[in-house]
Amino acid sequence: MELKAKGLTCNRSGREVFRDLSFSLTEGQAMVVTGRNGAGKSSLLRMIAGLVRIAAGQLTLEGGRPDIPIGEQAHYLGHQDAMKSSLTVGENLQFWSRFLGGGRPAEPALEAVDLAALADLPAAYLSAGQRRRLSIARLVAVPRPIWLLDEPTSSLDAPSQKRLAELMRDHLGGGGIIVAAAHGTIGLDHSHELSLGWV
Amino acid sequence: MSSFTALLVRDMQLAIRVGGGALMGALFFLIVVTMIPFAVGPDLALLRRIGPAILWLGALLASLLALDRLFATDHEDGSLDLLMMSGMPLELTVATKAVAHWITTGLPLVVIAPLLGLMLNVELHATGWLALTLAAGTPALTFIGLIGAALSVALRRGGLLLAVLVLPLTIPVLIFGVAAANAAIVGPTPFGPPFTILCALSLAGLVLGPIAAAAALRHGLE
Repeated sequence: MELKAKGLTCNRSGREVFRDLSFSLTEGQAMVVTGRNGAGKSSLLRMIAGLVRIAAGQLTLEGGRPDIPIGEQAHYLGHQDAMKSSLTVGENLQFWSRFLGGGRPAEPALEAVDLAALADLPAAYLSAGQRRRLSIARLVAVPRPIWLLDEPTSSLDAPSQKRLAELMRDHLGGGGIIVAAAHGTIGLDHSHELSLGWV
Repeated sequence: MSSFTALLVRDMQLAIRVGGGALMGALFFLIVVTMIPFAVGPDLALLRRIGPAILWLGALLASLLALDRLFATDHEDGSLDLLMMSGMPLELTVATKAVAHWITTGLPLVVIAPLLGLMLNVELHATGWLALTLAAGTPALTFIGLIGAALSVALRRGGLLLAVLVLPLTIPVLIFGVAAANAAIVGPTPFGPPFTILCALSLAGLVLGPIAAAAALRHGLE
């Protein structure tokens, strides 16, 4: 499996964010996207997820499923956690697992992020870090080859960051691909770096 | 199919839990219909004559009340991004949300309408017919409103835009809904033609609403 970008250009409301961006990632590879605020890190992730229009260039996933868009083979962990406050932790995860078509039970995924004890608590009572971990549980519950992580370590404490790094290594070990936007390190030893500058 | 039921169940759960909009519509309906006799005065014959129109207007406003938040909440908490990244076609996703919205907001209006009809001096047997016209017509309101809800998210303008965009489009539903209700209650025009047109409006809305709403959401991504 290979995620290939060729000459990607991004326009947002008339302003060119980045242009002519090319990279290629194969199974088990991770790429950390760095750059200043507004350099287009999030835009690039959202573009791969199919949430931002590709102004020019090509994005292909070789060896993936050709019949469905790349966005449907990718997980997007954005700044918002996509969890409903009035549903419990377990219900939130179960919904995404069933809706995205994972078929895996929610409990092991909650175990993986150390939230199993809080499964019956409404998500409204979670702290920012716990909500983040709940979003990460979604990536574990539903297997998809590409993980798009937008500043995944934000609001996570040190043990949780370590746990996230383990989950990312497992994912890469299983032939996955990770593209992460970050300002600091995300805990992966061997990752490519893509630096976005001002255009 | 499991995606469909998962989303349907989640949206219904959200609507009936604390902070959901399910009871809001029914309460608003109750209040509007209760206020009218105070404004019109104790003229029973007049109330009976305008009863169906008032009930229809109340139902129309009540069903659009909570619709504003249909995509806005999902947009704000990032759920909408993930909904768009699922394998389910976006048209089906938005239609599912509309169905859940109708079950939690439109259906209660149909259920309490006979009761409110009595407050407007509409006869008991006639309130049944009135509820039937509401059951046939409110899905059209939901699916037309769906387009407005999607547009208000895509254009990042809330609230008032929805009312301005959607209310004119609901005029045919209002006309044929009240015509069918009046035909059933006072006659002498037949009940069939306006009622079948009302059903047709709902069916057309069921098909066109989701397509238009999905197109609006796709256009809104940038």
